[in-house]
Amino acid sequence: MNQTTSQRYRVKPIRERRREWPFPLNLYQTAVGRKWVMAATGIGLLGFALIHMIGNLHVYEGPAKMHEYAEALRNLGSGILPRSLVLWLLRLGLMVMFALHLHSAITLKEMSRKSSQSASFTGGEKKYEGGREYIAASYASRTMRWTGPIIALFLVYHLADLTWGWWLGDDFVPGDPYHNLYSSLSRIPVAIFYVVANMALAWHIFHGAWSMFQSLGINNPKYNHLRKGFAASFAGLILLGNLSFPIMTQANLIDEDERLCQVNDLNSNEEVLACLTKQLEDH
Amino acid sequence: MSEVITVNLKIWRQEGPDKEGHFEEHAQKITTEASFLEMIDVLNEDLNNKGLEPVAIESDCREGICGTCGVMINGQAHGPRKATTTCQLHMREFSDGDQIVIEPFRAGSFPVIRDLVVDRSPFDQIIESGGYISVNTGAASDANLTPVPKEAADQAFDAAACIGCGACVAACPNSAAQLFTSAKIAHMGSLPQGQPERWKRTESMVGTMEEFFGSCTNHGECHEACPKEISLDFIAFMNRDYMKAKIKNRALSGQR
Repeated sequence: MNQTTSQRYRVKPIRERRREWPFPLNLYQTAVGRKWVMAATGIGLLGFALIHMIGNLHVYEGPAKMHEYAEALRNLGSGILPRSLVLWLLRLGLMVMFALHLHSAITLKEMSRKSSQSASFTGGEKKYEGGREYIAASYASRTMRWTGPIIALFLVYHLADLTWGWWLGDDFVPGDPYHNLYSSLSRIPVAIFYVVANMALAWHIFHGAWSMFQSLGINNPKYNHLRKGFAASFAGLILLGNLSFPIMTQANLIDEDERLCQVNDLNSNEEVLACLTKQLEDH
Repeated sequence: MSEVITVNLKIWRQEGPDKEGHFEEHAQKITTEASFLEMIDVLNEDLNNKGLEPVAIESDCREGICGTCGVMINGQAHGPRKATTTCQLHMREFSDGDQIVIEPFRAGSFPVIRDLVVDRSPFDQIIESGGYISVNTGAASDANLTPVPKEAADQAFDAAACIGCGACVAACPNSAAQLFTSAKIAHMGSLPQGQPERWKRTESMVGTMEEFFGSCTNHGECHEACPKEISLDFIAFMNRDYMKAKIKNRALSGQR
């Protein structure tokens, strides 16, 4: 009579419950909580993607405005705080968000993989011989684990390309984003890579920006029909803005013939600005 | 109008949980008026007459409300017809000469007991971990003593339609049981009778679910497979309630 639950049931848990961590941290121990983290960091990263895209539209105003924008970012909060401090704090926040987003994605995928395995399945993995037809799952939702890594690899390339200037060599001028962007995107293979990576990003956002509402439990019958539309338009907006850079460079709308201005610590900001403005007028 | 068709069945046969399984093919003549389970019954009778082992399949009410039957038919849980359990599926959905692949529901925590019968007891464990609700016992109370808002009653009814067949887990690429668990949580969580233990129940049931099943990635396959068309909205309800539960349970246990 006095059987315990574990004696009564033959199916044993796949994973053991661990000792709970203190309050806010214990959320991260559970899959539902981890999905909250995925969604919350997703929102942060969506915000970054949007602001990054809008900010970069300054490139269409010419090298001087682009330089001014870059300087403004570095000077954020510099009235009271050391220069670049706020920017670095934002960067740190981004890195933490990326790390959490990645870690939760990988561990949750692993959890799902373990739950879909059994020695009695053909090949050990859950699969239906009758041909699994996806009815509801979109192409975007099924490829999140492929678009994700593409975006991560692109991100590393993007940083190495335009922030650290590994591939541009002598052509890389720190502090002159307009010039660097032109030198990088005027190479056809790089432009193609940017286009592909940004399509992956848009795919990823298309599912993610809808999925986050579900994960956070933001669900109201009155507004539910707007969620998919929001995700699609957000992804479309980011795609449109980001694709314009490689395409416009290739179409020679963003171009530059010669380097005239030296952007470095020796020259004052005013000098650089004047030079960049003059360069634009000459051109 | 009934007609007799011949379908080519490809059925999963497995002698026990630890035995290796394989597919077995049978050509079966059947009238289109027969239900899917009746077709299997006829097949089993034929097998029996030939002295072969009949196909093990689970069924109980055969009117689509118990959730016992349930197999993958051509890769779709409960077959091709929407909002229909396997027992309510009829052979008129198929044409002469069709191949029908019949497999058990698959998930790591749904071990095959025999052929098409799987052990879905992890669902029982999720329900059990939900515990009790506080209702006064004794003489039946007056009708309508506990007022239930119409919206809450509707929502609870929609959630209570879940028959626990396991199609959501079987159809889910992640083998997640979010749709089942959320329907059960929303069922009690929407009603006044379920309020006293709401937060404890939510946390405990989600905890048990995560011991057995995968993590939801919002594909929406479960809703399409569900014979009772349980809405994905309940998953959002559960995610919301789970976060609230984590915060409230802490407050209730005296930690601030």
